[in-house]
Amino acid sequence: MRNFVSSRAQEIPPSGIRKFFDLVLTMEDVVSLGVGEPDFRTPWNICESGIYSIEQGVTSYTSNRGLQTLRDALSHYLAQHYGLNYNSNNEMIITTGVSEALDIAVRAITDPGDEILIAQPGYVSYGPCVTLAGGTPVPLRCVEKDHFKVNPDTLAEQITSKTKALIINFPNNPTGGVMTESDLKAIADIVIDHDLVLISDEVYAELTYEGQHCSAATVSDLWERTITLNGFSKAYAMTGWRIGYLCAPQELCDAALKIHQYVMLCAPVTGQVAALEALRSAEEDKNSMVNEYRLRRNMFISGLNRIGLTCHVPEGAFYAFPSVEKTGLSDEEFAERLLKEQRVAVVPGSVFGTGGEGHVRCSYAVSRKQLTEALERMDTFLKSL
Amino acid sequence: MDEKDLELLRILEENSRLSTDEIATMTSLAKAEVERRMAALEAAQIIKRYSTVINWERAGNGEVSAIIELKVSPERDFGYDRIAERLSRFRQVTSLRLITGTYDLQLIVTGKNMQDVSRFVSEHVAPMDRIRETATHIIMKSYKENGNTFFEQPETERLPISP
Repeated sequence: MRNFVSSRAQEIPPSGIRKFFDLVLTMEDVVSLGVGEPDFRTPWNICESGIYSIEQGVTSYTSNRGLQTLRDALSHYLAQHYGLNYNSNNEMIITTGVSEALDIAVRAITDPGDEILIAQPGYVSYGPCVTLAGGTPVPLRCVEKDHFKVNPDTLAEQITSKTKALIINFPNNPTGGVMTESDLKAIADIVIDHDLVLISDEVYAELTYEGQHCSAATVSDLWERTITLNGFSKAYAMTGWRIGYLCAPQELCDAALKIHQYVMLCAPVTGQVAALEALRSAEEDKNSMVNEYRLRRNMFISGLNRIGLTCHVPEGAFYAFPSVEKTGLSDEEFAERLLKEQRVAVVPGSVFGTGGEGHVRCSYAVSRKQLTEALERMDTFLKSL
Repeated sequence: MDEKDLELLRILEENSRLSTDEIATMTSLAKAEVERRMAALEAAQIIKRYSTVINWERAGNGEVSAIIELKVSPERDFGYDRIAERLSRFRQVTSLRLITGTYDLQLIVTGKNMQDVSRFVSEHVAPMDRIRETATHIIMKSYKENGNTFFEQPETERLPISP
């Protein structure tokens, strides 16, 4: 029998967290800081509107782009909150989570042989998405010294004649790093000079703890070459509803829409109805969740520094990314031993690509009580080394 | 009152047993600053006291509470204030509000048992001057008090590790 698996499917690496996942499942009494989603439930008014819509028989496909009412509300929201101007009729697609938005964005711009720069440490999907689209993922290293922002000099050095696009994600998973307006300005000229597309995944935008989130498309003249990705998962604790969105100038949006039409048709309707309710009435719920993350962040970071795991203060998302280098263990060894010896799950930084090695990702989207417990166990672990 | 004061109030309302050290860490304020702000909020009577939300039903002390609604003839110059103040002096009255609608005042009254509550209402509240009508609703079960739900919610199942 032939090998039926395509070379592309063979080429993409298996998920780096799988091994840990399986190990955690065999253990009891684990405090997991390995979770990449909010610990809050979706605010009830959002759930209720989804349930009501099902009762009313709203269970059909929507237009490919998504519900017009949702796009209109979103367009208004983005303008108000971020100064982003996207026409709800032809510059916006509601997608099945940001995961799908990322996939169709990458496929819409990638030709075989194109190099796509990916700011790393970064979310695990970017590289494989590029590979599956026939492009070549090229890691762009971000370092702790720069608070894990994209360094303009490093960016300029990495660009070749084949470079087509740059993928960034700020606030960042796994580092919690953010890029301010001036940080983005510093890379905008390079992106424009080399005529690159910028894919900006801003799913953690609402979880910005110092000042306001700056959306990349609002900086310099980046708008015409930027694909903005965002969604409802993190801000409104709606991960399972699977609603994200892609915004881009019409030409790029139309290309992504064609792919979306064929592979997804439309995002789930119940999630779209719920997302509309989120925009209409959940501002306060969102703010109180963001406040709680901020308190936990302050508590957790100070705890990490106290037990000797130095860590820059993450300004967004809900992750801390401390260095474990001075323990003498690799991030993999650290995570595995911490789990086996003290039953605390963290994710080894190398899972997130270049620059992640020597760090571990700890999510503080868990209760304060669990954070305190985790810190105590980590302290015990560090003292035992 | 500024943003930090509001943040302190939110934290304390949720859990007033946190140490000043913990609060200082969470709010990025110095410990002395937290103490100073709390003292000021106490002095201004914005923080009335530090209490505990208790599910008395579960504690099983058998106490009974009732919502009492009153129609009241307001007094010249004082409106409802004087009578409200008189009512509020009773230990049995745990909450008292002026409301719109059919009735004027709404009380929450707590007693050892149903007889205790009804005796209090008929002997102390109903006969008071200016009270024209009372309606008593015994509380049969509490599901939520001051933002705290009293029923078990199953833990949300999340994947133990996700990217």
